[in-house]
Amino acid sequence: MAALDTVAVTGPVPGPAEPSLLRRVVHDRVGAAALAVVLLFLLLALAAPLIAALYGKNPVEHYGQNTPGLLSDGGVPMLPNGGISGEFWFGLEPGLGRDVLTQLLYGIRTSLLIAFAAAGVTTALGVLAGVAVGYLGGIADRLFGFLANVLLAFPTLLLLLAISPVIQSRLVDPNAAEPDWMQFLVLVLVFSAFGWIPLALSLRATVRSLRERDFVQSARAQGASRFHVVVRELLPNVRSQLLVHATMAVPAFVASEAALSFLGVGVTEPVPDWGRMISRGSEVFRSDPTYLVFPGVALLLFVLAFNLLGDAVRDALDPRRAR
Amino acid sequence: MKPLESRNAAETEPVLSVRDLTVEFAGPRGGAPTTAVRGLSFDLAAGEVLGLVGESGSGKSTVGLALLSLHDPRTTRVTGSIRLAGRELVGAAESELRAVRGARAALVFQDALTSLSPFHGVGAQLAEAYRLHHPRAGRAEARRRAAAMLDRVGIPAARLRDHPHQFSGGMRQRVMIAMALMNDPQLLVADEPTTALDARVQRQVLDLLGELQREHGTAVLLVSHDLGVVAGTADRTLVLRDGAEVESAPTAELLAAPRRPYTRALVGAALRLDSVPGSALPTVDEPSPARLFARRPKAAGRPERWLMEAEELSVHFPGRRRLPALRAESVRAVDGVGLRIAPGETLGLVGESGSGKSTTSRVLAGLQRPTGGRLRYDGQDATRPDRELRRRLSREVQLVFQDPYASLNPRRTVAQTLDTPLRLHTPLDAAQRRERAAELLDQVGLPAAHLDRYPHEFSGGQRQRIGIARALAPEPRLIIADEPVSALDVSVQAQVLNLLMELRERLGVAFLFVSHDLAVVRHFCDRVAVMHRGRLVELTDREQLFEAPHTEYTRELLAARH
Repeated sequence: MAALDTVAVTGPVPGPAEPSLLRRVVHDRVGAAALAVVLLFLLLALAAPLIAALYGKNPVEHYGQNTPGLLSDGGVPMLPNGGISGEFWFGLEPGLGRDVLTQLLYGIRTSLLIAFAAAGVTTALGVLAGVAVGYLGGIADRLFGFLANVLLAFPTLLLLLAISPVIQSRLVDPNAAEPDWMQFLVLVLVFSAFGWIPLALSLRATVRSLRERDFVQSARAQGASRFHVVVRELLPNVRSQLLVHATMAVPAFVASEAALSFLGVGVTEPVPDWGRMISRGSEVFRSDPTYLVFPGVALLLFVLAFNLLGDAVRDALDPRRAR
Repeated sequence: MKPLESRNAAETEPVLSVRDLTVEFAGPRGGAPTTAVRGLSFDLAAGEVLGLVGESGSGKSTVGLALLSLHDPRTTRVTGSIRLAGRELVGAAESELRAVRGARAALVFQDALTSLSPFHGVGAQLAEAYRLHHPRAGRAEARRRAAAMLDRVGIPAARLRDHPHQFSGGMRQRVMIAMALMNDPQLLVADEPTTALDARVQRQVLDLLGELQREHGTAVLLVSHDLGVVAGTADRTLVLRDGAEVESAPTAELLAAPRRPYTRALVGAALRLDSVPGSALPTVDEPSPARLFARRPKAAGRPERWLMEAEELSVHFPGRRRLPALRAESVRAVDGVGLRIAPGETLGLVGESGSGKSTTSRVLAGLQRPTGGRLRYDGQDATRPDRELRRRLSREVQLVFQDPYASLNPRRTVAQTLDTPLRLHTPLDAAQRRERAAELLDQVGLPAAHLDRYPHEFSGGQRQRIGIARALAPEPRLIIADEPVSALDVSVQAQVLNLLMELRERLGVAFLFVSHDLAVVRHFCDRVAVMHRGRLVELTDREQLFEAPHTEYTRELLAARH
């Protein structure tokens, strides 16, 4: 906007206030659809116990084993299409005979909890590091650059595969099962430890260019503290970048978590989880292909919706498109 | 250069004939379209120079781009007729347009650095421009032509292989002109070709453009916001406002006797070196003001105590190590500058880009540590100020910036922006600060109702007013204004200068006024310091500087003013 000679320069009469972010996202048709799907998933996750109660099933009970006639001797559902019936809407899990629908519903909770926690932590860390380093510059900047390079070179997946048993043997009584919260915590910690770097790097670059801008110089010349400059002058200007990062980070973490569970180092039984369902589905694909379809499609829909929402948010915040 | 004699346009068909040109941009997300140019008609004969003058947002650049159909067809609707040498360009096929662009009609932009490819030598770029439209020409021939053309614009053939970043701004603009004239176009559209250049270089480039234009008989459309540029170059001038023609006449006639009030204001607002210093400037609202702002009584000799004193001030930046010596040659941005500002006085600091004037102002504002020399504020040593003095300095010395778009935080409302200095430097509580902020807005001529608006809702001039209000907030004794009006349109420039003069009269603040514009400095300042390559060349009273400059450099600077 610094150009002298653009038609876009607003005249003396100020135009109407810009529509809110939500309005602009919803105005985009794809954005509106993505937002609807995301909200639907959130609602399902929140209402999972209620839906399960109304539906009369829970995700842990082995219906197929407790009730004769549902599973064959080989553990495959008797009814066609993975045992879909009026009783079990999405069918039964081969082997253990659990209800697929409730497992899917509770699986959303697992994914979202981990993804949101990891996105929250990485965003906070990324902002802290990126803005501070970008503003301070000098030696802090060089140290950060080195640290970022080291962390980016780390093979995250291998690390997780390696430390997961170590943590288990160190912190958990060998006879007791690993508590659920510990699994969650480990996953969130590992995601956070590496996930904040891209955000920090991009924020560092933004802040570096912002700090030379006149309004920051003006605040400095007026004797404003560093805290004031960072919190009041710089942070509001990276808000949109943060929002876009956070919306894009959630689906990435959902997919990573599912991948880890697929490999057996994520969330373990009996906590319902999509990644593990997909893993089990691939094992029994020959005898019961239907079982793979539900978690696969659910994961695809969820990640796609979140990514599209992220795109819509980015477009809505892009000043060139907002003009 | 003298304006060219108007040729008899009737005997030849015009090279360019524009009828009812209307350009519409689609609104964002299907909103109402914006009309940038409405119903514009003009003719341009061979060898004629037409000046297209207007302020920001008047649509003058849009016209220039539309002539070569360079708009994005998805978002832009061009209607009317553009005939170049009898060929209709509106609605012409892309392949047909490609044959026109660069061959029959060429374009020179404001910023030569971004218009040239940074990875190719200028000779290769010129040769390519030639071969594009002469497919049968060999490499050797194209290179010969490129060398000849560069030579013609005053660049030695030895620099054929140099890359754009190795040239100065003026040289780059010469390269651009050479490239534009490579294929002997019938029409040259020059969009603010000299705006980014210093006055001296500006003159040289304009002279060159005029010379080449006469030699080749090219018709030139000179797009500019600066009446001074157009005055010395164009045969006819067309004034544009809100996309429509206001007035069109031979340049001399238009400048001498503008018919429309807008043109009159535009002509009157452009400061020349014969204005009465300190008088109110004409604006669009008030075309002929009679007011003279009270001037500070001339201090006889030395005041009791200087407000700000700088002695032997220097700022050296560490330079890049070069191989043979391997010793870093430091860049001397400011080299032994001595300045003094008395309370209530206005000191002008003049120089071309790179002369160190901005760095000097940054040092005085406390944003840059000097590497040598001493700084005194109100009798106290301010070279390395202690905590208390630093607080005092940050209250009593305030800044006004050049770019009104960069100097306000886009994410903070006016109230929040004005609140910061008040919170830092006054004991007022939140409600009182808001009241004071409203008062400040009123002082700079903006309604208090604008407090909760964001910067993007204001025009450039209004933003500059907000920047001035922010500087006034802690009741400073010295305001350092770094090119405060150079990013503004002339009419807005006049309004802001009037405001500054009024505030100076009312509040008795001292000013350090940094500018490259001698006319503005002459109008506004009591004493003037001239800087050249980091050194102070001359520091004297205004009258003396403008009537009897001491040094050769100052004389050159004055001569470059049209």
